[in-house]
Amino acid sequence: MTDATAPLPAARATGRKSSSILELDARTRRRNAAEARFKTYGIIAICLGLFFLVWLLSAIVRNGVPAFTQTFVTLEMELSAEEVAAAEASVVKTSAYRDMIRAELIEQMELNGIETDMTPEVLGQLLSSGEANQLRTWVLENPSSMTEGATVTLPFLAASRVDGYAKGRVTRESLARDSNLSPAHLDLVDQLEEAGIVERRFNLAFITGSDASDARPEQAGIGVAMLGSFFMMLVVLFLSLPIGVAASIYLEEFAPKNRITDFIEVNISNLAAVPSIVFGILGLAIFIQFIGLPQSAPLVGGLVLTLMTLPTIIISTRASLKAVPPSIRDAALGVGASKMQSVFHHVLPLAMPGILTGTIIGLAQALGETAPLLLIGMVGFIASNYPDGVASGFLDPNSAMPAQIYEWAKRADPAFYERAWGGIIILLGFLLTMNIIAIILRRRFERRW
Amino acid sequence: MSFAKLTASSVAIAAVCASAAVAQSRNNVQISGSSTVLPYSSIVAEAFGENTDFPTPVVEGGGSSAGLARFCEGVGENTIDIANASRAIRESEIETCAANGVTDIIEVRFGYDGIVFASQIDGPEFTAFTQEQWYNALAAELPVDGEMVANPNTTWAEVDSSLPDVAINTFIPGTRHGTREVFEENVLLVGCEESGALQAMIDMGMSEDDAEGACISVRTDGVSVDIDGDYTETLARIAANPDGIGVFGLSFYENNTDTLKVATMGGVAPSTETVASGEYPVSRPLFFYIKAAHIGVIPGVKEYAQFFMSDEIAGPGGPLSNYGLVPDPAIAETQAKIEAEETL
Repeated sequence: MTDATAPLPAARATGRKSSSILELDARTRRRNAAEARFKTYGIIAICLGLFFLVWLLSAIVRNGVPAFTQTFVTLEMELSAEEVAAAEASVVKTSAYRDMIRAELIEQMELNGIETDMTPEVLGQLLSSGEANQLRTWVLENPSSMTEGATVTLPFLAASRVDGYAKGRVTRESLARDSNLSPAHLDLVDQLEEAGIVERRFNLAFITGSDASDARPEQAGIGVAMLGSFFMMLVVLFLSLPIGVAASIYLEEFAPKNRITDFIEVNISNLAAVPSIVFGILGLAIFIQFIGLPQSAPLVGGLVLTLMTLPTIIISTRASLKAVPPSIRDAALGVGASKMQSVFHHVLPLAMPGILTGTIIGLAQALGETAPLLLIGMVGFIASNYPDGVASGFLDPNSAMPAQIYEWAKRADPAFYERAWGGIIILLGFLLTMNIIAIILRRRFERRW
Repeated sequence: MSFAKLTASSVAIAAVCASAAVAQSRNNVQISGSSTVLPYSSIVAEAFGENTDFPTPVVEGGGSSAGLARFCEGVGENTIDIANASRAIRESEIETCAANGVTDIIEVRFGYDGIVFASQIDGPEFTAFTQEQWYNALAAELPVDGEMVANPNTTWAEVDSSLPDVAINTFIPGTRHGTREVFEENVLLVGCEESGALQAMIDMGMSEDDAEGACISVRTDGVSVDIDGDYTETLARIAANPDGIGVFGLSFYENNTDTLKVATMGGVAPSTETVASGEYPVSRPLFFYIKAAHIGVIPGVKEYAQFFMSDEIAGPGGPLSNYGLVPDPAIAETQAKIEAEETL
């Protein structure tokens, strides 16, 4: 034995140049340099990615945060029953209420010693054109307020350009070229702000409110679209989860391995890569034109997004079923469980965290999807129509959050642009929450073997 | 957990929803069509919801042709009640409508819209144009010495020495927009006639139809870009191109006067007054079409039209004219027409 091994070191010494482990030879140095280079590329790539992420997020926050605050004009209204009765008798009732508010604004300005030679109509440009309806709604809801001499303090929305001035978007120079408001208005706004009548504060109506027409961006909110998204997600959850899980359990546990199942598998993977707009066309053709479901309804949106989400759920469910070791199945079968019992009592509970994670990710993807919704008419103007109930939530025309953002981004008034960014913050908030829930589920319940 | 049960119940829910969809009767007015009319329509819809007991109508954009196509799909709850259009309905569309059972259509002309030519406020001095200049800048082929040659002009100064010496770069509405038709007829065709090109082409032996077709064919060498989206897209293109000139609706311009500079056309500055008086040459009527069969079936259809055309809304000083609509002087006739449900 020793004889056979002894000559080897000698042969090595003659065959190769001797090298020191303390001193690197040229080849090793080259290899180390290549490794260092590769690391640098990696770090540069990560830095670039981070840079764009930070840039994007800071742009969103910078542009979107102002949408959550709004400028209000607080007025003490003295209402009389006669005035209200007269207003209710006219054709366009809101214009009578508008006159009441303008008169009150002038009165308050006089009380605070602010002078102006503007006519009530011109002065009224300071206020949102939705203010009259705000007053009317309040009056109709509180008929008891119209006792003689009683006053009520109501915050009215300021016009979008006054609000833009408070947020620094509108300046005196830009107003000099604007026909909707004049620099003289801004002087008044400054004085009114000192008097405490004009104030910028948090605006809950942006989150809970409904969309508004082009004439009053200050009134627009994302609330109704949020409900639309909510009902759509309900449809997606209650259709894609059972169908997806049932399909993957059958394919993974019961289906015979043959050409047909292979073909189905390949097609499910392909379906996951199909652009979402294709599902929109399909939805338009099948659900609206063939079955005759109503246009713009969250039910249809949900059905279309279900088609889109199904492959994601099937793929992730199959992956988590595969991850359950065969020993679990064998053990269950070994103690006499049927195939079905082994799947539902043992395999499925263990795969559940993975399935739920996949479902949540699929839902988050569906929540942010816009393209298919364009085709089924969910990009429509929806004013104050909150759904009246569950059925109406599914069937009445509605928008969805990403569709609402798209809608705002293409409107003429720059004030809508700010709201589009604000809407993005809310949407991102939802997506982040869903992803965090998915991560928590995975961390807490997932078992590894 | 029983998945069989869960699946069965969700299928049941879906079935109930689907049958409810068919059974439920619609109580809100549905409107679709021109993206130029969309803001006006949504302003009215909002005020209508506020001032009456009817729910706020649902208004969608998409373009005049798309809206009229949906309008003509048939009669029934799953079809829209009103189509907005920035041009009059075509004979072919009336035929399609009739073939699908939509025979009674009420046409409502609610006002006028000016079409303006605007550029970046700090850009080159584009302050005055004539139709002739636009024709010479944008025509695909120009008649030169009895022959049609590809448009050689690349800068505005080559078109007319009074214009700035910058490259021609225009953003005009795409062919699916009603605005394009007005642009072709009131700018290109008029310019073609005024410059004598039309006559020159007829003298060359072209038939009048062919010559008119040649007048409105826009060059495709990238100098002029068709915008198929809305004016926001045009605005974004203008913002990115200091030399660019865009075609906008008057109301859009009036809401963006801080970034856009408007040029006169034929010496007339566009404004609500000049469009109403007919002095400003490039304007068009705006319409909506009501499906008479839906009046009395879908609540609020006629009321919406009446509300839209009331003096306080569509008249001078109303919210629509504040937004940039040029009120129709013949508003009283239109009101009577809706009252009498006079169809086409």
